[in-house]
Amino acid sequence: MTLTLGHYLSVGAILFALSVIGIFLNRRNLIVLLMAIELMLLAVNMNFVAFSHFLGDMHGQVFVFFILTVAAAESAIGLAILVLLFRNKSSINVQELNELKG
Amino acid sequence: MDVKTGFFYFFAAVLLFAAFRVITARNPVHAALYLVLAFFQAAAIWLLLKAEFLAISLVLVYVGAVMVLFLFVVMMLDINMDTLRQGFWKHFPLAGSVGALIALEMAAVLMGGFRTTEDTRPAGAAAQAVVQGAGQAAAQASNTKDLGILLYTQYLYPVQIAAVLLLVAMVAAIALTLRERKDSKHMDPGDQVRVKARDRVSVVKLAPTRAAAPATPAADAAPENKA
Amino acid sequence: MSQTLNASTLLAVPLAPLVGSALAGIFGTALGGNWIGRRLSHTLTILGVLVSFILSAMTLKDVIGGARFNATLYEWMVVGGLKMEIGFLVDGLTAMMMCVVTFVSLMVHIYTIGYMEEDEGYNRFFAYISLFTFSMLMLVMSNNLLQLFFGWEAVGLVSYLLIGFWFNKPTAIFANMKAFLVNRVGDFGFILGIGLIAAYAGSLNYTEVFGKAGELGKMAFPGTDWMLVTVICICLFIGAMGKSAQFPLHVWLPDSMEGPTPISALIHAATMVTAGIFMVARMSPLYELSDAALNFVLVIGAITALFMGFLGIIQNDIKRVVAYSTLSQLGYMTVALGASAYSVAVFHLMTHAFFKALLFLAAGSVIMGMHHNQDIRWMGGVRKYMPITWITSLLGSLALIGTPLFAGFYSKDAIIEAAHFSRLPAAGFAHFAVLAGVFVTAFYSFRMYFLVFHGKERFDQNPDTHHDDHGHHDDHHGDHQPHESPWVVTAPLLLLAVPSVVIGFMTVMPMLFGDFLKDAIVVDAARHPAMAELAKIIHGPLEMAAHAFSTPALWLAVAGVALAYYMYMVNPALPAAIQKRVQPLHTLLENKYYMDWINENILARGARALGVGLWKGGDQAVIDGTLVNGSWRVIGWVSAIVRRAQSGFLYHYALVMIVGVFALMTYFVWLNK
Repeated sequence: MTLTLGHYLSVGAILFALSVIGIFLNRRNLIVLLMAIELMLLAVNMNFVAFSHFLGDMHGQVFVFFILTVAAAESAIGLAILVLLFRNKSSINVQELNELKG
Repeated sequence: MDVKTGFFYFFAAVLLFAAFRVITARNPVHAALYLVLAFFQAAAIWLLLKAEFLAISLVLVYVGAVMVLFLFVVMMLDINMDTLRQGFWKHFPLAGSVGALIALEMAAVLMGGFRTTEDTRPAGAAAQAVVQGAGQAAAQASNTKDLGILLYTQYLYPVQIAAVLLLVAMVAAIALTLRERKDSKHMDPGDQVRVKARDRVSVVKLAPTRAAAPATPAADAAPENKA
Repeated sequence: MSQTLNASTLLAVPLAPLVGSALAGIFGTALGGNWIGRRLSHTLTILGVLVSFILSAMTLKDVIGGARFNATLYEWMVVGGLKMEIGFLVDGLTAMMMCVVTFVSLMVHIYTIGYMEEDEGYNRFFAYISLFTFSMLMLVMSNNLLQLFFGWEAVGLVSYLLIGFWFNKPTAIFANMKAFLVNRVGDFGFILGIGLIAAYAGSLNYTEVFGKAGELGKMAFPGTDWMLVTVICICLFIGAMGKSAQFPLHVWLPDSMEGPTPISALIHAATMVTAGIFMVARMSPLYELSDAALNFVLVIGAITALFMGFLGIIQNDIKRVVAYSTLSQLGYMTVALGASAYSVAVFHLMTHAFFKALLFLAAGSVIMGMHHNQDIRWMGGVRKYMPITWITSLLGSLALIGTPLFAGFYSKDAIIEAAHFSRLPAAGFAHFAVLAGVFVTAFYSFRMYFLVFHGKERFDQNPDTHHDDHGHHDDHHGDHQPHESPWVVTAPLLLLAVPSVVIGFMTVMPMLFGDFLKDAIVVDAARHPAMAELAKIIHGPLEMAAHAFSTPALWLAVAGVALAYYMYMVNPALPAAIQKRVQPLHTLLENKYYMDWINENILARGARALGVGLWKGGDQAVIDGTLVNGSWRVIGWVSAIVRRAQSGFLYHYALVMIVGVFALMTYFVWLNK
């Protein structure tokens, strides 16, 4: 059968759902949390590229370009914060990160 | 089923499996490696979608830089693996339900109205036909070239902003994790100002180390004055 | 207007006393370093008032010759279309008032040299009475309501300062606050009246307002079917009630006797209290348009005239007898105003100023002679020791009761006849009141006269002989015998006795029926025929005196004198016996009809209770408690609840974000098709 836009979009959707599950499951491991975020971004990028292809519009791909940039910047800073956290608390347990409460 | 579709299903399956393993891997290094695999599969799928520039940049930038960074950090941190997995499956019902709901919603959207067939790029198809008709030189409307044209004309300003963003991220990452050099001699002016005299100076009484001068010079001077 | 008067001359009339007051008040007191002593103080101020008097007399002469002055000297500001200016209107009414004010003030200034000789605040007193003269002159000379109001308030202020002159005495402080506050109540009505005039006539200048009187007379007060002029005139009269001590705003005047006697003479007999009468006479074009207002004036005046007289009967303080007499006579003037006999009212104002000031100053002389004892029960037979005081007091009392040929006779008789001829509904009551008042006046005046100057000497029966409120040094009176006062005290008495006797005879015809007040006062002869009827029966002073023998008034006065003679000379035990018989009536009179009790316990206490209630209930409970404190407490409470969302747990935040995404998706997919 021919591949429709739907196929690609469903891949993206399942990827997104998986990453949401990943966020919820990983209470103890901050790194995997960050990785799940990368997965989410990947799912979104998938959507954009699929649409760009099937609608013949290059603007979707430009947007993916920028998402890539921002994701790179964000993971760099996220990891820097993670390193600092580990330096101070010697643990990456998400449940212990509760000092910002009101 | 033609080759393309087969490839798509294969890549999609591996991608989804890799994603699943990312979130359920016990060892974070494994999780990172599975993420690398997932990115490769995604790149392959994008190649199928004729977005080769983005596919390659995904591999080069994302896998090559970001995931390497992840691996560095994972391997650098001395993580206690035992405590990591406690209570892992306890939260699965909630996580599962939320995830399933999101997936269902997206499916509903899909069912709603994206029944387009492959390659419905009217402009692109017509252009391609015209171009192919014209000659072989510009046969494949190069994805890179198209992307480049858009980026450097219409999206010039966002490109510059993205560059600044990366600069800021770099500076931020360094500034956050920077540790002072131990042999650095720089001073904090605030500390200099806050210095208190009693922290630096104390008055002590010392016994004299030399005998006092004899009184005769003064006695000699007196008769001289009288004279 | 045959000729105009000189503006500089007129300006010098109020300013000369002001300069004297400033010099004495600043350089003669600690304020300016006590540079000038007593002699220079009193010389400067007396000089100021003397200049003022001479110029006023000259002005009067010119005005009798037909000169007038009506101009603005200084425009202070213009707000909207309303001009606020300083100007003078000098016609017959003004010139007469100027002369009365400056003459009485001059007499009081001279008198004070003797009376306040031993007082520490000598210079301050002179400064105040000169300041008062300035204020009163600005009031009477003004050509617009704003300046009138300025003078009005200024005399109120100086009255306050003078009543509380001995500010260490608690009763004096109570009295001066009472005077000021009761005046304020009157001023409230006065300001409303001025405001209405400013709003509807668009101007405060007399000439412009009176020019519009016709139009004003046709307007109704919006929202009601009352005439606008009725409301205006009643509001203005409320001010007059406060200033001229009409019932029920009379309560401050007896208490004002706490001040030194010279000011009782100057302010509370001759000049300030007559400001209200003057104002109503000045506003005659407006009052003539409103019968209701005139009726109101008539009723209030009649009540005051009669009932204040009753209170004078039982007073034992010599000054209070004269004070109630003043109240009663002010009631007479008001009755005359109500009967549209404005010139008669003003005439009585003038004659009363002279003989009442005389009576007060004579009472002061007696007080000095009796070493500051003011109780007439412990006097008696003083005529042997203080002959000049005695004879001038007798002349003043005769003038007061309306003895034919004396000044008071002409004015009082004219009032009685005017009340008789008025056609207003209250005229009958007013006529009865003023007629009965003649008997009462005669009775209390001669009661006082007999008790003080005749009969047995009762000085040694005074239980308070060794107490002295004013720190008076008894160094030259070893045997507590009275003696005549120095010439600075008796000379004003003699000088005041002269007009008390002759001024009525001389001026009744020109003032009432001549051209002197013709352009100052407007009478609507058709509706208010009192003046016209008076003109028919009064043809000359001698004839009027002869005519008196056929009127009941004279015989009532004689009866009053005779009764007083009987009760206090022939049968001195009678008053006590009568008092025992009518004890409740006596108690009512002693408590001044419980007016003071009502004011203090109901009105004053009620106002304070309202204030406390608003403070505790309104300010503390509602505003501070609920609005101010309540708002931050509510915010705190809400924050405490909302704060729990900030758990600090990362996955809580992630959950919230994802649930939010889900909700948005639901909205866009399902609900926002």
